[in-house]
Amino acid sequence: MLLRGEWYTADTPYQPEVSQGTLQSIYEYESLIAELTGLDVVSASHYDGAAATAEGALMTCRATRRERVLVSRAVHPDYRATIRTYLSVGGLVVDEIPLVADGPAAGTTDLAALQHMLADESEPVAGVVVANPNFLGLLEPMAEVGRLAHAAGAQFVSVVEPVSLGVLLPPGGYGADIAAGEGQPLGIPLQYGGPYLGLLASTEALVRQIPGRLVGLTKDLDGRRAFVMTLRAREQDIRREKAASNICTNQALLALAASIYLAAIGPHGLRDVAALGAAHAAALEDALADAGASRLHPGPYLNEFAIRVPDAAAVHRGLLDRDVLAGLVLAEAEPEDPSLADGLLVCATEVTTKDDIDRFASALRAELRKTDRIPAVPVAGGVAS
Amino acid sequence: MSVTGPRLQPVLFERSKPGRGDGKVPHPPKDALDRVPSDQLRAAPPALPELNEPEVVRHYVNLSQLNHAVDTGFYPLGSCTMKFNPKLNEWAARLPGFAGLHPEAPDEIAQGTLQLLFELEAMLAEISGMRAVSLQPAAGAQGELTGILMIRAYHRSRGDVERTDVLVPDSAHGTNPATATMAGFRTVNVPSAPDGGVDVDAFRAALGPRTAAVMITNPSTLGLFEPRIGELLSAVHEAGALAYMDGANLNAILGRFKPGEAGFDVMHFNVHKTFSTPHGGGGPGAGPVGVGETLLPFLPWPRVLRETDGSFRRERPGERPTSIGRLRSFVGNTGVLVRAYAYIRAHGTALAEVTNDAVLAANYLKQRLAADGSYDIPFGRPCKHEFVASSTSLRKETGVRTLDVAKRLIDFGFHPPTVYFPLTVDEAMLIEPTETESLETLDAFADALIEIAAEARSSPEIVTGAPQTAPVRRLDEATAARQPDLRWRPMTGRQMPCPD
Repeated sequence: MLLRGEWYTADTPYQPEVSQGTLQSIYEYESLIAELTGLDVVSASHYDGAAATAEGALMTCRATRRERVLVSRAVHPDYRATIRTYLSVGGLVVDEIPLVADGPAAGTTDLAALQHMLADESEPVAGVVVANPNFLGLLEPMAEVGRLAHAAGAQFVSVVEPVSLGVLLPPGGYGADIAAGEGQPLGIPLQYGGPYLGLLASTEALVRQIPGRLVGLTKDLDGRRAFVMTLRAREQDIRREKAASNICTNQALLALAASIYLAAIGPHGLRDVAALGAAHAAALEDALADAGASRLHPGPYLNEFAIRVPDAAAVHRGLLDRDVLAGLVLAEAEPEDPSLADGLLVCATEVTTKDDIDRFASALRAELRKTDRIPAVPVAGGVAS
Repeated sequence: MSVTGPRLQPVLFERSKPGRGDGKVPHPPKDALDRVPSDQLRAAPPALPELNEPEVVRHYVNLSQLNHAVDTGFYPLGSCTMKFNPKLNEWAARLPGFAGLHPEAPDEIAQGTLQLLFELEAMLAEISGMRAVSLQPAAGAQGELTGILMIRAYHRSRGDVERTDVLVPDSAHGTNPATATMAGFRTVNVPSAPDGGVDVDAFRAALGPRTAAVMITNPSTLGLFEPRIGELLSAVHEAGALAYMDGANLNAILGRFKPGEAGFDVMHFNVHKTFSTPHGGGGPGAGPVGVGETLLPFLPWPRVLRETDGSFRRERPGERPTSIGRLRSFVGNTGVLVRAYAYIRAHGTALAEVTNDAVLAANYLKQRLAADGSYDIPFGRPCKHEFVASSTSLRKETGVRTLDVAKRLIDFGFHPPTVYFPLTVDEAMLIEPTETESLETLDAFADALIEIAAEARSSPEIVTGAPQTAPVRRLDEATAARQPDLRWRPMTGRQMPCPD
């Protein structure tokens, strides 16, 4: 569908009479993502998940007129770096919420630390940013995070993975004010990092704060239903230095791709995709444990988890020689977190086959034996201090 | 009359039938979610529409046909450079080695893509006269933010924290002042000179120890080259400020003017304008940023580096502490950048001819309209790739406004130009024909504008009632803003629910 020139060679729908295709598709995108997130206002796309999350963090500062944002350390490192850049000006402060070090909640956002940080009245908090599933694949206590944030007068930004919302409770279901995330899993090719799709949604209360284009339903002179860009007084071409953001070009074609994916797969299909990923991940966990690599954290996950592999970078390279691209070396992604030094982040999706899992497990077993890397004492979970 | 009209389409949700389209994905085993705590799970799947594949395909094909696009007709949208998007570039971007490469692929299995990115950086540096280029920004506005944050970092690195102002001419794109605000600066709007150019004396008066940067679009948003640019840039640097160039109009100066050599410290490229990557209905684009020596240390990470053995790698986190950081995930909108690379390589050293033809097309159209006299041409001197016409006299004579002319152009099969921008000209139409249109198209467009002016005089209601042939007539934008309906609500139709 995306190969049609009518879609990809049009520009922003400035002239609605000759842009009803694009406008209706954006309205439908807003509606589909609203169903997925449980939030009512969806902007017509941002650059990617990281930039959308940074815009979400800025929204909390505008909405609360406060200047401090708390970001969980289990938000993707690229997202945290992007938030730091976007919030590096205007006296804004970004503080990171530590993770639970050990026990059943290891690797998730430390709620006691969050509560302590929120209690500092000298620096009131505008927003709390937590991802579910988090960067380590673990499920977070989102409802509790929301309660703590709201009790302190802060807004709650939930970072989501859209396919997971086929089965997981949506942000609107646990009190998030804003949802942001990467829309790439909704049928968008990998393309070495982009173009992707920044998802950004909010409650209706924040409609004047949300950046980016919004399309609304209206009528033409003859009473026919039609769609138009609206609430434009937030945008740079109208409000200039008073705009909610400087965003102009967005990721419209990728929003269209996501809409087509969701329309084609439907609610049951999306649920099945998410559940298959979880089933395959469970099989992967068992196979990798059998091969000598147990999970790094004990808590529940959906389809992504970290395993303990001593000298993970070397093992990763060895597996590549065996034609297996074995996930992400956590020591490279999070060099400052010693608890992740032996971590390899892996995942399974709906397209992972039993053969994939067997090949990965047997290659890993061989790689671990090669250098006698199997830990002397099996680790049943928990993080070494 | 039908609520949707003959060519309009129902919303996806209206087409939905329960149970339709199930079974597209193999059903997961019953215990698939047993390891997930039940308080994390939603009670029912999201209320997405249920459709089968033929319905989805027809929906999107029919919707697409409601669009005007470069592939369906002339699209002279000033400041947007709606040139033809060569199909070869689409093929290149879809090569599986590019399209299927994971963003976290180890450098050793991403060498081809890294080499392409490295070479594209070098080509953009050559085109612009800049010292180095970052491909990370996802769009022009993000490139602007990158540039202004680098300027901020530069001043701070020198202990110069008193510079709070960014000077912007009043003809600038809205992204310029909006960017200054996002980067923590105050915007100072500087009025244009009567000839449409930047007022160098007004800039001199506004420059001072509080000036961090000036943002200049050259050629300007009026399509005019700034003849006193050297003088202006000297004054900027004497004041200790840095100069940002908005590269939106690069299509007018390829091979003719190198901003880096002229003294600009930083600029962005809109590859979806100059280098023919498709606009996608509003995006994606890519907004690479080029810098001179001064700002080199502050470029966002990760840069793409070449090792002494000829291999390529991404910069590691923390490797260059002076960097302003990241603006987004991963290296950039690679899929878009592959298209830009293909475009530049296909043109090679003949890129200057793109500019020659774009400028010729714009001047030809401008001369045809000037000779007819129905529309005002506020600035007589030769334009670059675009020009401003105005309906001020026509409106005085007939009551017909630029908005009406624009809507009537739709009935003639053309996309209207950019209207009511720049803000410095009343009843403005910013017309950018681009180099990819034929003489016949340019003539047909000029004829249409002239005929519309004649209609305005003889039967203005035809013009003010336009468009008549589009899928819809003019829209009620006021109600859309007063009672926003921003999503489909299956239960309550168009009513907004009460907040709970």
